[in-house]
Amino acid sequence: MTKKTKTMNLNFGPQHPAAHGVLRLILELDGEVVEKIDPHIGLLHRGTEKLIEHKTYTQAVPYFDRLDYVAPMNQEHAFALAIEKLLNIEVPARGQYIRVLFCEIGRILSHLLNITTQALDVGALTPSLWGFEERETLMTFYERVSGSRLHANYFRPGGVHKDLPRGLSDDILSFCESFPKILDDLETLLTDNRIFKQRNVNIGIVTKQEAIDHSFSGVMLRGSGISWDLRKSQPYECYKDLSFKIPIGKNGDCYDRYLCRMEEMRESVKIIKECIKKMPTGPVKTIDGKISPPKREDLKNSMEALIHHFKLFSEGFRVPKGEIYTAVEAPKGEFGVFLISDGTNKPYKCKIRAPGFSHLQAMDYLLKGHMLADVPAVLGSLDIVFGEVDR
Amino acid sequence: MSITVNDLEKTVNSGLTTSIKKSEINFGQLILEVELENLVSTILFLKTNEKCRFKQLIDITAVDFPQKEKRFKIVYLLLSHENNLRAIINVQIEEKAILPSLTKIFPSSNWMEREVFDMYGISFNNHPDLRRILTDYGFEGYPLRKDFPLTGHKEVRYSEDAKKVISEPVKLDQEYRNFDFESPWEGTEYIKQESKKNN
Repeated sequence: MTKKTKTMNLNFGPQHPAAHGVLRLILELDGEVVEKIDPHIGLLHRGTEKLIEHKTYTQAVPYFDRLDYVAPMNQEHAFALAIEKLLNIEVPARGQYIRVLFCEIGRILSHLLNITTQALDVGALTPSLWGFEERETLMTFYERVSGSRLHANYFRPGGVHKDLPRGLSDDILSFCESFPKILDDLETLLTDNRIFKQRNVNIGIVTKQEAIDHSFSGVMLRGSGISWDLRKSQPYECYKDLSFKIPIGKNGDCYDRYLCRMEEMRESVKIIKECIKKMPTGPVKTIDGKISPPKREDLKNSMEALIHHFKLFSEGFRVPKGEIYTAVEAPKGEFGVFLISDGTNKPYKCKIRAPGFSHLQAMDYLLKGHMLADVPAVLGSLDIVFGEVDR
Repeated sequence: MSITVNDLEKTVNSGLTTSIKKSEINFGQLILEVELENLVSTILFLKTNEKCRFKQLIDITAVDFPQKEKRFKIVYLLLSHENNLRAIINVQIEEKAILPSLTKIFPSSNWMEREVFDMYGISFNNHPDLRRILTDYGFEGYPLRKDFPLTGHKEVRYSEDAKKVISEPVKLDQEYRNFDFESPWEGTEYIKQESKKNN
């Protein structure tokens, strides 16, 4: 008599704590071994691209906060850069430094969330308690500069909305002093932890070739040993004036990606410090009154300022005809915006390239032959946020 | 080792000669326009040629121009890590045209093509699994087409009577307001026409 094996189908999600959002996986299991994964996404689809086509360029910025909602400003950055290139305007030096400063804060925000929840997925509760306290501090920086903790709407085409409030840079500096100690503490909990290593080392291995074939970017690429970071290779804003290193992994497994993220946070702290040290004085947004709104106090005295203000917030500015693809190194990878302007005040087409989309796509190939328990571990190390995958 | 975008344009034009309809360099990115039948050969050339080495597919998307005869423009974004360059390949197709799938060349094109299919209703030949991806189960219509209304056609709600979630046609208390932002003092089309009539 031959032994008959039958595969079992398992429905994982859409509401599952380890799914990092609303992800539904249809798993085909042979015993405990995963044979096939079919991710069903789109449960958080809000039609962002369609909505952007119906809004002026300024009104479209807040939609970018709602994509990858753990590092909102990095997304706004890609959109602002695309518009600025089409308009052919330059952001003043101080504006550039403030942008880089907050992009790096966003990177720490995102990596902290990812590392601590990844640890949570494989059974460690404490890191998330420690990490979230730091995230809270970082989000108060967001709040002090933009007025809200998450949906900042701070990077506007032409610069940033407002200058840093008094005392903020000192507080960020003192955070930079205390934060590396927290990272050390997190590392004592995780890096040499036997359980953490058993769950992550040699799990979800990605070779160099596979990483390229599957359109991976960011840590997913660097974890496999490819030294590619848009901040270095295609520098935007003032990144070329800053000194920082790009950590890369060796084995391309979940553990290497964790180490990369840890190291990137330390580099981000360095960048933040250097930014504050080097930050020049001057305007934070372009002085072109046809693009950036006038100062509040000017509205009371200048007729022209009043007209500009009214026109900018009703009609908005017009962007010359053209199409462009711009990408930034968001915490999760290459976040790009493909923008087509038809010369009016609204984008004709705005395609958002989210890094998580291609990463999630590789789930099937990454997990084939792994155990069921590895699913959340790999999912955690892919760094998925459904805001950007589903758009 | 790495080549500039100008050299790249020359390499592509000499290597592919007639199959390129138009090539230009915009913002440091090479933009190629090809015909549908030359699409696969162009992409294969860009991927495998020693000088080009565009090994990574970044994204696939479509743009809808309802007034044009060839309604859709399909956009392929490629990246070469070695040369640190980006290339954009455009293909103009008619509404009914079927595109070749790139899943054999770039495994990652699978979901990207599914997204184009979902959003624009463009079909792909030899795609292993062409299903909708982002929209809801049982969704009808192609949301990113320009003739699809922003509000959609159907809305879902929980019905107390039926004790389940039901979908019904969208009812709006107020029509969607699309403002005309052509500034009158700079002269919009209708004012120009009015003044022409009066003269």
